[in-house]
Amino acid sequence: MHKRLRTIVGAALTTVAVTAALAGCSSSTGGTGGGGGNADQVDAALKAGGTLTYWSWTPSGAAQVAAFEKAYPKVKVKLVNAGTGNDEYTKLQNAVKAGSGAPDVAQVEYFALPQFALADSLTDLSQYGFDDLKSKYTSGTWGSVDLDGKLYGLPQDSGPMAMFYNKTLFDKYSIAVPKTWDEYIAAAKKLHKADPSAYINSDTGDAGFTTSMIWQAGGRPFKVDGTKVTVNLQDEGTKKWADTWNELVENKLLAQTPGFTDDWYKQLAGGEIATQISGAWFPGVIESGAKGGSGDWAVAPIPTYDGKTAVTAENGGGAQVVMKQSKNQALAAGFVKWLNSSDGSVNTFLASGGFPSTTATLTSSDFLATKPDYFSKQPINEVLKGASDSVASGWQYLPFQVYANSIYADTVGQSYANFSDINTGLKAWQSALVKYGNEQGFTVSAK
Amino acid sequence: MSSRAIQATRSGRTRRGKQTGWLFVAPFMVVLVAMLIVPIGYALYLSLFRDQLIGGNHFVGFANYIQLVQDSKFWSSFLRVLIFLVIQVPVMLILALVAALALDSARLHAAGFFRIAIFLPYAVPGVVAALIWGFIYGPQFGLTGSFNDLLGSDLLKPFTSTWILTSIGNIVTWEFLGYNMIIFFAALRVVPTELYEAASLDGAGSLRTIISIKLPALRGAIVIATIFSIIGSFQLFNEPNLLKTLAPNVIGTFFTPNMYAYNLSFAGQQFNYSATVAIVMGVITAVIAYVVQVRGTRQENR
Repeated sequence: MHKRLRTIVGAALTTVAVTAALAGCSSSTGGTGGGGGNADQVDAALKAGGTLTYWSWTPSGAAQVAAFEKAYPKVKVKLVNAGTGNDEYTKLQNAVKAGSGAPDVAQVEYFALPQFALADSLTDLSQYGFDDLKSKYTSGTWGSVDLDGKLYGLPQDSGPMAMFYNKTLFDKYSIAVPKTWDEYIAAAKKLHKADPSAYINSDTGDAGFTTSMIWQAGGRPFKVDGTKVTVNLQDEGTKKWADTWNELVENKLLAQTPGFTDDWYKQLAGGEIATQISGAWFPGVIESGAKGGSGDWAVAPIPTYDGKTAVTAENGGGAQVVMKQSKNQALAAGFVKWLNSSDGSVNTFLASGGFPSTTATLTSSDFLATKPDYFSKQPINEVLKGASDSVASGWQYLPFQVYANSIYADTVGQSYANFSDINTGLKAWQSALVKYGNEQGFTVSAK
Repeated sequence: MSSRAIQATRSGRTRRGKQTGWLFVAPFMVVLVAMLIVPIGYALYLSLFRDQLIGGNHFVGFANYIQLVQDSKFWSSFLRVLIFLVIQVPVMLILALVAALALDSARLHAAGFFRIAIFLPYAVPGVVAALIWGFIYGPQFGLTGSFNDLLGSDLLKPFTSTWILTSIGNIVTWEFLGYNMIIFFAALRVVPTELYEAASLDGAGSLRTIISIKLPALRGAIVIATIFSIIGSFQLFNEPNLLKTLAPNVIGTFFTPNMYAYNLSFAGQQFNYSATVAIVMGVITAVIAYVVQVRGTRQENR
């Protein structure tokens, strides 16, 4: 027992030592401090060199860092995978709260960005003249990083929504590709009647998907002005989406298989899920996860409510931000600029299956001419570029969207589970959000 | 050496003599303080404050505790683990008892193999076990899907709200059956053989031996196993948390008290309230475990 205890103490001490060493590594050395800067400082910092810590889960992260270090030999970047999405945000939030331990640069998805911006934990990159880069990016992605006149990051990728569908299945039951949501629901009924094991879509109730769909329907349920927040999950656009989607939920026309699970991939490959309304990053997911579906799938613009004007929303995607805790913000900004606007970096990112945020790439002939075998050589990027051009503007996420999404299954998810009115779930979600926001010191009102 | 130095050494030696005992328990005390007392103290401290995203940290006294008493989410999660406890623990312990008695009966062929086979799941980490079972339960991909296909119906639905607690109970039973069986089996091994000889001389059959000798001998072990199982049930976390990705609408953020505490702090930054949940659950668990222990030993003394 005695010996075992000593081993435990030893292990504990080792852990402490390692943690201390890691903490030591993460603090950057030399360079200029924070506060007001200018464009020249970034170039000077890149020349002077230094050490940066970068948190990211992007598959191409290591390759991009290697290319950057080759271009700027004096800069060392320590790449850390601190978890995907929420796992990283938790650690980042803890570091912000503790006042130390945050990286210099971090990957943050658009929906989570306002939360960190509000906590005053991100560097405003407009001080380095990065405002000038606006024309390089799509308006949808720029709108996600440019909040209240401050530039909190540079867009890494984007996820304009489109409709990915199993063309073989549609042809088999001679169902026309839907252009409106009414046609989509009709197609759902026809398909499920023809083959009871096939469903038009798989949706167990996903907060990211729901907010994007509300965005497309014209709903703007979250209005944020500093710490004043209005939540109205019954506004016209939100109701429009909910009433439409109710047709699918209440009539059990959705396969309620959670996304990114083995079951989900199996149904995608096996012709049991006919469409996915998803961000433009979806081809990478389905190509690697549902190989059996190769040759069956195609992409079309997302259905609309009126069938006339093309309109879509962003679904997923994120930016790289510079943390205020960084001791070398100018250098960190230089890295972010290189990461998300240099050709070398963007191409490395594309090669790993990402969907770009830069207009130059989106309009390049190479990009548009890409014809993946999985999609029967359809030039899918033409459709996806069209989607990226028709993203509706004016959407805002909550400054506590990470939490909001975490309780989605408790509220709206219950409507899905019971095949009942989504509006009931949305109302429950709203009251939970109002309660939480007010407890956290925001002034949240429901409308 | 000056006389003062000698004095110092002498008094030092006496002091050392008194402190030798402390020195021996020091490694334990260090771990106890660092790993138990300090975290509990910190949790208690945290539970008296409320830290907001806007407005910072301030002392709120017992407001978190008052809120908890009125929190229907907490009580629904508590009720859920209580139901789990009342059904799963007896089932598991009776199965473990039967297995231990069977192994001890010496009538089983390849007893060593059975002992290892039943114990083996305990050696599988809880996380891995939940992943394995998640795969088995998969309605499309997994064994359940194949079984349903075979029958041509949706007979097995492990991920519906009706069945999810049973599904989790099944995993937990599978995991801990062997562990409890080993506790019982070890207790049976220390029964002196003279007792069995005396019993057989008195004409007692197997059943009589079990009721009159083996079960009384096991009473202490059963109490211990029950206490461990109660604590385990109240701390239910790994299995539901991992199955949550497969059944997000059925397993909510407050499915068990531990999941609730986890999600409060890691998704909602509500560390203070989360600490309150942890403390209240700790107290409830300690009280119930204590009551079981007192009752169990009283019966033993009777």
